[in-house]
Amino acid sequence: MATDGQAAAPVAAAADRGADSDVEVALESLGQWQLAWRRFKRHRLAMAGLAIFLLMIVVAIVGPIVAPYNPLNIPNSKIPGGEPPSLTHLFGTDDVGRDVFTMVINGARISLAIGGFSMLIAGFVGVAVGAISGYAGGIVDNVLMRVVDVLFAIPFLFVILVAARFFGQGQVIPLVLIFGLLSWPLIARLVRAQYLSLREADFVEAARAVGVGNMRITFRHILPNALGPVIVAMTLIMAGNIVLEAFVSFLNFGISPDQISWGNALSNAQPALSLGNWWWAFFPGMAIALTVIAINFVGDGLRDALDPRSHL
Amino acid sequence: MTEELAGAIGSGPPGPDVLLEVRGLRTHFHVMDGTVPAVDGVDFRILRGRTLGVVGESGCGKSVTALTIMRLIDTPPGEIVAGEIWFDGRDLLRLSDEEMRKVRGNDIAMIFQEPMTSLNPVFTIGDQIAEAVRLHKRVSQREALNRAIETLSLVGIPLPERRVRQYPHEMSGGMRQRVMIAMALSCDPKLLIADEPTTALDVTIQAQILELIKEIQQRTGTALLLITHDLGVVAETVQDVAVMYAGKVVERGKVDQVLLDPKHPYTEGLLTSIPSHVARGQRLNVIKGTVPNPFRMPTGCRFEPRCPYAFEPCRSFEPPLELPYPASAADAGRLAACWRHVAADRRPGPSATSHVGFAVSQRIGS
Repeated sequence: MATDGQAAAPVAAAADRGADSDVEVALESLGQWQLAWRRFKRHRLAMAGLAIFLLMIVVAIVGPIVAPYNPLNIPNSKIPGGEPPSLTHLFGTDDVGRDVFTMVINGARISLAIGGFSMLIAGFVGVAVGAISGYAGGIVDNVLMRVVDVLFAIPFLFVILVAARFFGQGQVIPLVLIFGLLSWPLIARLVRAQYLSLREADFVEAARAVGVGNMRITFRHILPNALGPVIVAMTLIMAGNIVLEAFVSFLNFGISPDQISWGNALSNAQPALSLGNWWWAFFPGMAIALTVIAINFVGDGLRDALDPRSHL
Repeated sequence: MTEELAGAIGSGPPGPDVLLEVRGLRTHFHVMDGTVPAVDGVDFRILRGRTLGVVGESGCGKSVTALTIMRLIDTPPGEIVAGEIWFDGRDLLRLSDEEMRKVRGNDIAMIFQEPMTSLNPVFTIGDQIAEAVRLHKRVSQREALNRAIETLSLVGIPLPERRVRQYPHEMSGGMRQRVMIAMALSCDPKLLIADEPTTALDVTIQAQILELIKEIQQRTGTALLLITHDLGVVAETVQDVAVMYAGKVVERGKVDQVLLDPKHPYTEGLLTSIPSHVARGQRLNVIKGTVPNPFRMPTGCRFEPRCPYAFEPCRSFEPPLELPYPASAADAGRLAACWRHVAADRRPGPSATSHVGFAVSQRIGS
């Protein structure tokens, strides 16, 4: 084979007869991800959702720096029921005079952090468990899936509330861990199902025939092919966990009142129901709703973009 | 060379010019309804640089034999029950998983039936060939990609520098099979196993791919194990042939020995059922009956229920795979498993079991 350079000529010539009909060199070579992005871009709602989502992330990062007021600073000028929206206070103020706009853009940081990082934990654990379970099969699969079954059987809300109260202590990181570690089983099941079919794929057998080891097949060869539905599910988990944070904080089991999340802001605004100062609850609520809808649209777009059966 | 080709199945490693020797190989699958003896006593050998075709109809165990040599059988449900696979002085069945992983792709490479689905859709073909190289050779990614370009031009792919950056979905089936061949060749394997490499391709491309495999085999000197159900392919591509029926090798020898003067009735049946031998308007010759039910194999010769020449010993006794009798000089090196070609004094006489054997075969044959 050392003399390939010279010897290749006759073979190439012989093969050209057939190769001619095969010359279909595309103008540009697009990978699966590039093709998916191209499909995603055609999905208008998804693009709008992505824009809103990215805006929220920017707000979460720079918001607290550019916010006009200190969210925790309570001015002494108490106006019962707070001020309605005005040019000085875009979203009005609460009953102790804090700026609601400042609270909303500060809350973005914690709410998105909890949604985002808990999603990453769920994704990481879920993919690892599901991949090993689905590829290894047998006893390993059985043990891991029974663990998943048990986690599914536990009354979710009850565990979250208890865990948030005892381990959460109102801090962000424990809440991220709790949410993340309770939401991975869904991902694990999804990933396992993908692996069960993909492990029989011809390209997996071909990879084994070339001498690729099991770990490499599991995480390098199969994983990219299994990610589509997982990414979609992860967006749903992120949206779900943002709502869950609001819910838990609303019940005062979540983030402590000295930090501001959207859930906290809503929780504080409970008197608004009776006082009629709608802006107090409306804007944090809208922030949650808008973000969750945006993420769901992104998920919807990803579902279409990553579906191998959909074509341009 | 003919003596080595036929050499008796012994113990211990075969001689140095034998690259692959499969002895008494049995691979069974344990399924819900029982055990399927997919490969049930397969013996053959390939000398260095030679080419062997394995022929037989669907389900006779050809592919399982190939996968067993590569140790790619899923266990469970599969189980390699017995046998030895001597490759280059080592018994592959005794290697550890890690040692076997180093053999795959490096010493033995395989080309599969389905080029459309055998490449990973998310990687460029350059990456996939380069990975195969880097798994076995200590080279940089750059060098591995150069090797990929080199092998792609070897298999006659135009513009290999551009092709390495393309994804499988940008190529036709024929192109992808060339890529699979390039990947198989990338580590200079000593043995190339091609499992029905042209079955999924259209007829015009089939001939090109076979021609390519043949040319590359001749130039690189790699040995070739070609699995096919097509006797035409065997006649054109390989030097030696092994005919399989119901999990066993029933006849083997050089291509002209076996195809021009078949000794086993199954080989004969395969040859006469090739349509081109029949005049227009005449019915095609077929082998009567069907492949035996794997759960109830005939006790004697497995072909007996379908065999036009079946006689007494066939029903109860399995014929040995040996030099056909009477043998002329032209038969040197060939083997067949048929009682018709065993000297009469060495055939088992009628015995008490023959009646039982007859009853069993009657049931299966009907």
